[in-house]
Amino acid sequence: MSKLVLRRVDRNNEEMLINFGPQHPSTHGVLNFLVETDGEVMRRAIPDIGYLHRSLEKIGEMVGYPGYMPYTDRIDYLAAMFANEGYAIAVEKLIKVEVPKRAQYLRAISCELNRIASHLVSVGTMATDIGAVTPLVYALRERELINDLLEALCGARLTYNYHRIGGVAFDMPAGWQEKVIAYLDRFDSSVQEWDRLITFNEIYKKRLGGVAVVSREQAIDYGLSGPNLRGSGVDWDLRRDAPYGAYPDFQFDIPVGRGWAGKVGDCFDRYYVRVQEMAQSSRIVRQALEKMPEGEITAKVPRKVKPEAGEVQSRIESARGEMAYYLVSDGTERAYRVRARTGSYMAMGIIEDISPGLMVADLVALIASLDVVAPETDR
Amino acid sequence: MTTIEIHQKLQEAFGDAVGPLGEPKVDAFAVVKGDRIVEICAWLKKAPGIEIDFLQDLTAVDWPKRNVIEVVYHLFSFPHRHGIVLKVETDRANPVVHTVEGVWKAANWLEREVYDLFGVTFTGHPDLRRVMLPDDWVGHPLRKDYQEAGGFHGIPNLRENPLVELRRLDLVRIAEHLKANPPPPPPPPAPPPAAAPAAGTPPAPSTPPAAPQA
Repeated sequence: MSKLVLRRVDRNNEEMLINFGPQHPSTHGVLNFLVETDGEVMRRAIPDIGYLHRSLEKIGEMVGYPGYMPYTDRIDYLAAMFANEGYAIAVEKLIKVEVPKRAQYLRAISCELNRIASHLVSVGTMATDIGAVTPLVYALRERELINDLLEALCGARLTYNYHRIGGVAFDMPAGWQEKVIAYLDRFDSSVQEWDRLITFNEIYKKRLGGVAVVSREQAIDYGLSGPNLRGSGVDWDLRRDAPYGAYPDFQFDIPVGRGWAGKVGDCFDRYYVRVQEMAQSSRIVRQALEKMPEGEITAKVPRKVKPEAGEVQSRIESARGEMAYYLVSDGTERAYRVRARTGSYMAMGIIEDISPGLMVADLVALIASLDVVAPETDR
Repeated sequence: MTTIEIHQKLQEAFGDAVGPLGEPKVDAFAVVKGDRIVEICAWLKKAPGIEIDFLQDLTAVDWPKRNVIEVVYHLFSFPHRHGIVLKVETDRANPVVHTVEGVWKAANWLEREVYDLFGVTFTGHPDLRRVMLPDDWVGHPLRKDYQEAGGFHGIPNLRENPLVELRRLDLVRIAEHLKANPPPPPPPPAPPPAAAPAAGTPPAPSTPPAAPQA
């Protein structure tokens, strides 16, 4: 932060310069905010990231195409399936492989279960951050059961490494389908429970309604995506509008922020879009299980992946917004350049310009509602 | 509008500044002149029927063989649902591109990242600081010829192979063990064979047959 020019702080009034983080529990990982405040009101909050930078893009240039798959898990460990899927789709586009239908369905199921898990952490920690402690316990209880299901599917609870170039690693184990249906039956009622517990709580609505409003134009201009973009009232979802994989086969709605507790694009809208998305994900999983086709789970992919020279970009709808992999190949067995565009990084860019005039306590709500996670911003 | 149509309109408006649309081997892109990138982007954002309002991604690729760094712009339009990929080539020794932060705010952080990891300077950028690495870091890691420095503020980031050290420790431990517990002295050398039997008798068999036991 040495190059950063800070205004001189006047000691005669209430001005302060505070380090918020990097080990603050509400910063969702290791990230730091330099907060200039005047009493309780912020003048601005400057994000300082990079504590979790693991040079994942450089590593992509060092390992072969299939060997990079486990590394993609680490880009976003709360929603690792999406990082897997985006990378797999990019390489498949590069080597022109058609994924079998069953593998596409398995991808959709695993991703949507992961989306529920990720959103559960998001809304649970959000409630904790602004002072309601109990909901996190409920959210984590539901998430544990999803972790169990995904563990039965691919053997891992957090960094799945489940998708492969050309398909997925494993088929469903025997009896898994029934377990998922039983879980979803339970989960659908727990969304209602969640609404009773916290969403329509008057304190919660007052705490989030009208806070940190991101207008529709701002959201597009700053490159927000995913639930943050939809929270600002933009009806856009890559699963429906630029479909990939098995998504054209399913019926689902796209929840959009409507200003439920104040203005369109406030913290509550972003929060409630996520809650509704979980219910839609549950719908998608049910349809996928019902229509599950028979067949292979991997396409025929050469053992040595050696695409021709060229470049490609894949866009998928991750739990934290649009995840886009940009691959450049020079005709060898290793990628010449791997680039992952992530939703959290773009969301961090808006915080500095939204923060002036907010209360310090609202910064916590803003961070939580944008759902930024440190590994995804830093990569 | 397809990418080809957008590209045609661009060429009509800017002539030579927009290169041909790349051969669509996989994904097509157009190389544009670096000194007109801001004009072109502003035009793309405003032009009726094109209205590209979303800077989806901005990144760079290093090509030491051609001595250029390519800055890549992935552009997309929400109202019309079309997009185009533009590239600007800049000299590797002194990479400078004008910022498009004035056109799309999203460029602010994306350009900071390219500055941090590739060392491309964006003139006119309001807040060009390193984003992921510390401000006093030396070098730009995503360049192909980047050499890792030996450490950072006295913290080494290179170390010897730990297996070498472990093997050395193993040998030391074995030596100490042998010193503390010397092995039993080797068995005395076998007694010399009995005096040569008298001549004429056949040589004794090397293993005398076991004495018959009662």
